Amino acid sequence: MTKAMSIAAKTRQIVKKHGGGKSAMIAVLQDIQDTFNYLPKEALKTAAKAMNVPFSRVYEAATFYAAFSLEPRGKHVVTVCMGTACHVRGAAMLEDKLERTLGIKPGGTTADGKFSLKTVNCVGACALGPVVIIDTEYHGHMTMKKIDQVIEQINQEGAQQ
Amino acid sequence: MNENPDTQARQIIDNLTIYYGPKKKFVAICAGTGCRASGSLKVKEALEAELKKQNLNVDVLATGCLGFCEKGPMVVVHPDKYFYQHVKVEDVPEIVSKTVAKGEVISRLLYRHPETQKALFREEDLPFYKKQLRVVFGKNGMINPEKIEDYFAIDGYQALAKVLSEMTPEAVIAEVKKAGLRGRGGGGFPAAVKWEGVRKAHGEPKYVIANGDEGDPGAYMDRSLMEGNPHSIIEGMIIGAYAVGAHEGYIYVRNEYPMAVKHLSLAIEAARDNGLLGKNILGTDFSFDIQINKGAGAFVCGESSALFASIEGRAGEPRAKYVHAVERGLYDKPTVLNNVETWANVPLIINKGADWYASIGTEGSKGTKIFSLVGKINNTGLIEVPMGTTLYEIIYDMGGGIPNGRKFKAVQTGGPSGGCIPERLLDLPVDFDRLTEVGSMMGSGGMIVMDDTSCMVDVARYFTGFLQEESCGKCVPCREGIRRMKAILDDICSGKGREGDVELLEKIATGIADGSLCALGGSAPNPVLSTIRYFREEYDAHIREHRCPAGVCKALITYNIDPDKCTGCTLCSKVCPVQAISGEKKRAHRIDAEKCTRCGACMESCKFDAIFVK
Repeated sequence: MTKAMSIAAKTRQIVKKHGGGKSAMIAVLQDIQDTFNYLPKEALKTAAKAMNVPFSRVYEAATFYAAFSLEPRGKHVVTVCMGTACHVRGAAMLEDKLERTLGIKPGGTTADGKFSLKTVNCVGACALGPVVIIDTEYHGHMTMKKIDQVIEQINQEGAQQ
Repeated sequence: MNENPDTQARQIIDNLTIYYGPKKKFVAICAGTGCRASGSLKVKEALEAELKKQNLNVDVLATGCLGFCEKGPMVVVHPDKYFYQHVKVEDVPEIVSKTVAKGEVISRLLYRHPETQKALFREEDLPFYKKQLRVVFGKNGMINPEKIEDYFAIDGYQALAKVLSEMTPEAVIAEVKKAGLRGRGGGGFPAAVKWEGVRKAHGEPKYVIANGDEGDPGAYMDRSLMEGNPHSIIEGMIIGAYAVGAHEGYIYVRNEYPMAVKHLSLAIEAARDNGLLGKNILGTDFSFDIQINKGAGAFVCGESSALFASIEGRAGEPRAKYVHAVERGLYDKPTVLNNVETWANVPLIINKGADWYASIGTEGSKGTKIFSLVGKINNTGLIEVPMGTTLYEIIYDMGGGIPNGRKFKAVQTGGPSGGCIPERLLDLPVDFDRLTEVGSMMGSGGMIVMDDTSCMVDVARYFTGFLQEESCGKCVPCREGIRRMKAILDDICSGKGREGDVELLEKIATGIADGSLCALGGSAPNPVLSTIRYFREEYDAHIREHRCPAGVCKALITYNIDPDKCTGCTLCSKVCPVQAISGEKKRAHRIDAEKCTRCGACMESCKFDAIFVK
């Protein structure tokens, strides 16, 4: 079985799980992203067919919502909270720092595919501000020094594997 | 068994309540998002292991957010309700052997009054909690949100039993109307008026929706309710559905809140298992069920018509509301959309009565409101206070004032649609109408406190940037107008502001507010207008003197080293990413303003407070 076929097969499974209706569009896209770590074109095409909607409808939803990515994302997703509480506690400086450390802009992925950087408008963990979330782990009261240590630690863990 | 289905509902719930509660002796540990990040789950595991080791049959309750996030992880030992802050795994054996086993208090873990240094024993003694009235949010501390049994133990679903066995739908609406409940999501629209509208509207099916798309940055009270007490929201929704005659419900939750989704899902399943959702609820002929829809990271989806579009599987673009959602909402059918906090208030009104509820608050705003108190404030956390509590009481009595001896400048309420309120208005009683009068709004209840190191032009620029990204782009005045405002604010912040810019901003603001379909555009100019209204001098300083008084706007500031304080430790020169700092060891260093990128790394690294912004 080719890779494209397995993407299509998995996508059809996901659409089926949600009942096949077009109202499940967002949930289907979320599941596709959870499965493949991004929204592959092949999956979107398959989903459109399986839900019996034009491809443009799927593409519209996939590009409207900030949580969806049409590009493969890095192994670790580094998310900087840009909420107001984090902003007044220096989130912009942290984000600058991460851009320098990782060498990428928000929305980008490092060449080795290890890290993606993104920003989010508040994760509701304001007491911990400024907050950086790496994958699903919340790192509170972040400083430029601490964030470097966290990134370094992940790099070392990766090197040991 | 009683044959009458109406009184049967009451009996089923009474039996469950008697069977499960109330618990007397237990150890509550906050497992909200904030405390988890501070390590509370490890403390919880340690507590469970230690209790077992010491042969004590006492439950550990991993609760939702307890509010005082600043002091996490927090442990409350019942029945004495001793409140311990910043608890570490090492503290656990002592907590178990002394406090749990013998009721002795451990002084070092107690909160101390910041002025008198006196140790305070219980939650209600702490200044943070003392003036609060936690009738909705306070229940978080008594339940494990993953267990419906705990909710039964605190009289959960009693309100539903009362409604199904004693009240007609009209009576429920009348009660909510009499209570004066207004929507907690921002607009403050009377809930009962919506309900009445949907009850009377033609068209089937009717829908009931809980808006948990808490998008306002700096607000997390809805998150903490969904995570900490999901059944209170579900119970409110079932009562609402009964009142309006709906059989299908949705909870729309932000994508960024995975734990809220998990706890709500568990709660819905448990409610179904106990006959509280699904067909023939509690043996009556009323049927209702709820499904969860996850958002996908679009702020505008908190707006009613955009939220409907998102549930229907489309891009979340608002539409014109010539016909209101109570007539044509989700799938063009009559729909009640209330915020999760609004729903959580409903069981309370039914249980305690409209008169009791209406006795709390101000003339136009009844009951309590949960606020998130964040930013430059000592006691960061969630508070629940009667409507009409003053900003001063909230920020100074509960919030403990501004950290590091700095000066209060403004408090921002209402999220990106709200405004910044200056010091001279601190005596303002907080309710829906008074906040609107001063050019801000309630919003969902975020309060971001700013001190003299926050630049108000930068704050206006921040919100405008936020709204530029989140504008769905459908209405031209919103899409293009916000972009223009952002460009002007960018100029002002980078020292390129011109005379007349402020007036131009005001003019554009009017155009945006008048020419947009939804509330996002309608209220988008608020952060700019309110900062111009109250902090005009900061705009003038940027434009005329090319000076940022708060020392925030990068293009207008320089980093400097105080030679008297600098010890020449060289740390700053090591962290500088552009080698702008020079100097010999043990001699005062200098920063080359030409090379400096104003990243702030040196200032963060300095242990002697020698680096300052000018």
